[in-house]
Amino acid sequence: MNAFRQSVEAMIPALRRYARALARDADIADDLVQDTLVRALRSERLFLGGDLRSWLYTILTNLNKNRRRSLARRPPLVPLLDNNADASGTEAESRDIERALSTLVEEQRSVLLLVVLEGMSYREVADIQGVPIGTVMSRLARARAHVRAMLEGERPALRRVK
Amino acid sequence: MTEPNIPVTEDELHAYVDNELPAERRADVEAWLAAHPDDAARVQSWREMADTLHARYDSVVDEAVPKRLEIERLQRQPRRWVYGAVAATLMAFVAGGGAGWIARGAAATPSIVQSFTLDALDAHRLYVVEVRHPVEVPGSERDHLQQWLTRRCGWDVRAPELAGLKLVGGRLLPGPSGPASFLMYEGASGERFTIYTAKAKTEPTQMRYSVKGSDGALFWADRGVAYVVSGGNDRGRLTQVAQAVYDQMEKSGG
Repeated sequence: MNAFRQSVEAMIPALRRYARALARDADIADDLVQDTLVRALRSERLFLGGDLRSWLYTILTNLNKNRRRSLARRPPLVPLLDNNADASGTEAESRDIERALSTLVEEQRSVLLLVVLEGMSYREVADIQGVPIGTVMSRLARARAHVRAMLEGERPALRRVK
Repeated sequence: MTEPNIPVTEDELHAYVDNELPAERRADVEAWLAAHPDDAARVQSWREMADTLHARYDSVVDEAVPKRLEIERLQRQPRRWVYGAVAATLMAFVAGGGAGWIARGAAATPSIVQSFTLDALDAHRLYVVEVRHPVEVPGSERDHLQQWLTRRCGWDVRAPELAGLKLVGGRLLPGPSGPASFLMYEGASGERFTIYTAKAKTEPTQMRYSVKGSDGALFWADRGVAYVVSGGNDRGRLTQVAQAVYDQMEKSGG
């Protein structure tokens, strides 16, 4: 296996983590990673150095955008608000964060995960999403405010509706 | 505690948490947080959010990478996304030569060969990559598997004994015109073969070989049942396996 393929391979675990948080469903997440890898391997000759990590995350982010576009005509999946009292603290937290993520707008979820979970710089995220850094920062701020409100049991968007 | 001269912005609070803040501004932000409990609480909540995200998703990094994501495998066998279904349909049409086949009569028309073979290959590709749930009934319950598939499919489903191959098990699938039985076998080095059978209104045929990507398939029909044996693209080995299946079906009376 050449150096390019080894570098791609080394990124698989982190790509799976990002995809899992992005898509929620483990199978869909691995589908996304698989398509990302296939596309990357196919484009090996087009990759002329640069940041391989950012490039892979860009492919995955775009594939997910396309996937969601193709699903756009289906009714959105609304998570059940099952407040299982038996769930342990960690389990309940996991469930809450998943639910909060699922209610985020796609671009905001992606920014939040890239910065917080994958440890990307604002500059890298701006390149991945193809937007100015200012846009990344406002998306991040909105994502954090929304998730915080969700985790604290508030519904800021609904509260002000009469 | 001194109030910084320039007020701290929301962007700076985020940059502070994300280590994107210029070093010379850090002390200012820390002083600001000490004087503004609301902002300090927000910063704290963002840090907890990060911990929760890591607690939820970091375990994915330690999971074994599924076989279907192995680089070696992907280079050989690209996954076909939604386009795959369309491409497969087109391929069947083009290979069938379009309308020309319709005039050739119902007996084992290539379109039946094509549609069975494509269905079988799709099932083959879908399930051979499965590590944990390749089958519904494991090969260790051979008798139960045969009885169940026979009852559901309506003909005598036998899982043949194949030299050098172990029965992984089987499952029931929707076929072109009713239920289809699907049996999976595995060799010593992990190579997998599948036998797909479904009812087919066709005359007995000779074996027809097709290859799609890195998978090969052999189709034949006998006594109203169509068989497709799928495996890798080693045609000699596939023919050998298919021949063994054919011989045992003959013996058992189909």
